[in-house]
Amino acid sequence: MSDNTINIDGQTVPFLPGQTIMEAAMAAEVYIPHLCHNPEFTPHGSCKLCTVSVNGRSAAACTMPAAAGQQILNNTEELNANRRALVQMLFVEGNHFCPFCEKSGNCQLQALGYYLGMMDPHYNHFYPARAVDGSHPDVLLDLNRCIMCELCVRASRDVDGKNVFGLTGRGIHTHITVNSPSGRLGDTNLAVSDKAAEVCPVGAIIKKRHGFAVPIGERLYDHKTIREVQTEAHK
Amino acid sequence: MPDNNTILLAVQTAAARHGNDPANLVQILREVQDALGHIPEEAVDDIARFLDIPRVRVAGVRGFYHFFHDRPHGRYEILFSDNIIEHLQGKPELLQQMCTRLWVEPERMSEDGLVRVGSTSCIGMSDQGPAALVNGVPVTRLNMERVETMVELVQKGVPLSQWPADFFQVEDNLRRADVLLGEPLERGAGVRAAVEKGSDGILAEIDRSGLRGRGGAGFKTAVKWDFCRKAVDTGEECSIVGPKVCDNTAATVRYVVCNADEGEPGTFKDRVLLNSHADLVFEGMTVAARVIGARQGFLYLRGEYRYLFDKLNGILAQRRRDGLLGENILGSGFSFDIVIHLGAGAYICGEESALIESLEGKRGTPRNRPPFPVTHGYLGKPTVVNNVETYALAAKIAAKGGEWFAAIGTAQSTGTKLLSISGDCERPGVYEYPFGVTVRQVLADCGAQDARAVQVGGPSGTIIGEGEFDRRLAFEDLATGGSFMVFNRERDIFEAARNFSSFFAHESCGFCTPCRVGSTLLKKGMDKIASGHGTCADVEELKRIGQLTRAMSHCGLGQTAANPVLQTLDKFWGDYEKRLISKEFEPSFDLDKALAVARRITGRDDAWAHVSAD
Ligand SMILES: Cc1cc2nc3c(=O)[nH]c(=O)nc-3n(C[C@H](O)[C@H](O)[C@H](O)COP(=O)(O)O)c2cc1C
Ligand code: SF4
Ligand code: FES
Repeated sequence: MSDNTINIDGQTVPFLPGQTIMEAAMAAEVYIPHLCHNPEFTPHGSCKLCTVSVNGRSAAACTMPAAAGQQILNNTEELNANRRALVQMLFVEGNHFCPFCEKSGNCQLQALGYYLGMMDPHYNHFYPARAVDGSHPDVLLDLNRCIMCELCVRASRDVDGKNVFGLTGRGIHTHITVNSPSGRLGDTNLAVSDKAAEVCPVGAIIKKRHGFAVPIGERLYDHKTIREVQTEAHK
Repeated sequence: MPDNNTILLAVQTAAARHGNDPANLVQILREVQDALGHIPEEAVDDIARFLDIPRVRVAGVRGFYHFFHDRPHGRYEILFSDNIIEHLQGKPELLQQMCTRLWVEPERMSEDGLVRVGSTSCIGMSDQGPAALVNGVPVTRLNMERVETMVELVQKGVPLSQWPADFFQVEDNLRRADVLLGEPLERGAGVRAAVEKGSDGILAEIDRSGLRGRGGAGFKTAVKWDFCRKAVDTGEECSIVGPKVCDNTAATVRYVVCNADEGEPGTFKDRVLLNSHADLVFEGMTVAARVIGARQGFLYLRGEYRYLFDKLNGILAQRRRDGLLGENILGSGFSFDIVIHLGAGAYICGEESALIESLEGKRGTPRNRPPFPVTHGYLGKPTVVNNVETYALAAKIAAKGGEWFAAIGTAQSTGTKLLSISGDCERPGVYEYPFGVTVRQVLADCGAQDARAVQVGGPSGTIIGEGEFDRRLAFEDLATGGSFMVFNRERDIFEAARNFSSFFAHESCGFCTPCRVGSTLLKKGMDKIASGHGTCADVEELKRIGQLTRAMSHCGLGQTAANPVLQTLDKFWGDYEKRLISKEFEPSFDLDKALAVARRITGRDDAWAHVSAD
């Protein structure tokens, strides 16, 4: 094996020192399914959709440093079955009703469901009682759809410099909370132009008065798989 | 409700005591709660202002730990330990009795704000349970009589300081001592040796001893210390780069951390070490500090052991007076001090990187690794994290050398191990054995004549049945952090596995999907079987969820959360089988049960008010 390459499903992939497996793969246009990862932000490693097998051991590709000679399995039946189960878990722990969600067609959770061949939620729904916060003039926060990826937390903290969002609670009761004594989004300094207002991969944070600007059927993942969209984006 | 001035004063005092340092947020929250009874929103705002951090961070930390409350939770808070052993010894009945007598529902504060009765994960008293924490202080050996007296004391509003002293008696129950607990070490001998032999000399002895971590994973202590002392602080905040190991530079700040979180259900040996041999533990930490070149150490003490806090601080103070801690130890120019941080009810904070997060005043979420704590630990600096028992042994090895230690135990597991034995045996307590002892021997010694199963190493460890009692306790065979729970022939192993599944679901930190949702699904599946609605299809599902949780979780909690279910399905299938209904599939929705509310409202219970299954 040469010094700075890894092997993903038989393909030799070069990497730069300091890169993660995900970063190396993206640069080589090798798709590893992911949800909490967004190349614009520091890696997080919570959804575990990107789990690959590295020299026989499971690891999250988005946080695992690439190291010379790693033998990586990614697009295998078994890993994809586990990924499908994770997407199903995310579906049942929240309240996701795609047919009447504004994000439908642009939602990464839904797109991954399609990509991974998810035909049903499989597990029993938890039907948790979660809050909807419409107090902000321009942005709606619907925790029913939140998948705890913390992209809004990272965007607000690292890009907007505001810390509007944060996690609280623990275990299955973990949830997003906002930076105001009232707990209402309208009482924070979030602006609709903030990065945090647009980064949500699902429909938990959406801008008001933009509903259905693009009709269903003509949206991002309606004609392309998430694999195609995300590999093209990183070309 | 406290008024705004009271709140402000409480926050100001606590924050000032901790230097207004956000890294001490967990400690500040605890002290504010002590002063106010809970942590109201106004206090969150004040803390955020004093520490100059976003309020959302303060609220996030408050919401993470079980022992922090955002609203009043009763002038008396009585939390029964939910360990399976105490469960089998009558905890549910005692809790019910207390609730009935106090006219309260479990987990809900009484209307008048007097009392809340609830459950909490194992509090480390299963050798003298059933036990409960009353306003954070353990009351042991509960029985109906004791519960009755407690009810009266609560109703009369008697302050805890005036409760009968024997309620709070915690015994060491030391039953078998070997080289660690049986042969006292002269106070200061470890530190003196460290000062004399220096970093290289001590490290060589630790290496020679073969000492491996006693927290469960069994990592070589000498290797860990050596990594840490060679690690150099790069100065940059990097979450991704691999360990950078270069030459030792004196300028790098390093930390020594003692893991006294002891959260694994059924473990209590660290409690005994801290209660009766704390000097030895602090001595070991000082030895580690000398080896890696640290000036600052932390003891992370689980919130449940808070009753030891003052005593331990007293011992630290005495050590400073004796020149064994603080500036210029034994006149050698070497300086090191120790601060005690209290946890606040979170099993996950025993995981070393979550522990470090908690020490930094954050939610106890395990970090991504690499990098590991030895290179990027507390505040991003090289940090050694070891178990209480590991440090106690290190002190002995420093003083007496490594050779004699290596001669005890087995080839790969040298020395002795403390076991916390509880459950169906005549003499529960702490036992010190050379590694390599058989389970059968231990059972004979503790008086467990009728054992059917032993849970070795706690819920995250291994359960074994009678056929495996000749297996040995050692890293080569049955690794253990020390928990040893005995179940006799009358016990239902399914119920044990169900208790453990609830434990993991309750303690999952919630960061990663497979553990957060997987552990909840496992708990729900076990509950379904317990309710008599489980089928073979449900069992197959449990196996699939278990394998996924094991393979994909972020840290050891999720990776072991399915152990109880997967292992008992394999080894104690009969305990499941008798509960399953023969149907292939059974909906988890029970129509008849759903009608219960309607029946209650209408006051009916006749045949027509029920939907029968067939
Ligand atoms: C969920 C979880 C809980 C843990 N709890 C403890 C604990 O309470 N005490 C402990 O010493 N180690 C605990 N550990 C292990 C620590 O992460 C770490 O390995 C240990 O403190 C290292 O010390 P040692 O090498 O001396 O064993 C836990 C690990 C996990 C994954
Ligand atoms: S495995 Fe569980 S405890 Fe560990 S990070 Fe994931 S959710 Fe948290
Ligand atoms: S994309 Fe790697 S864990 Fe979420």
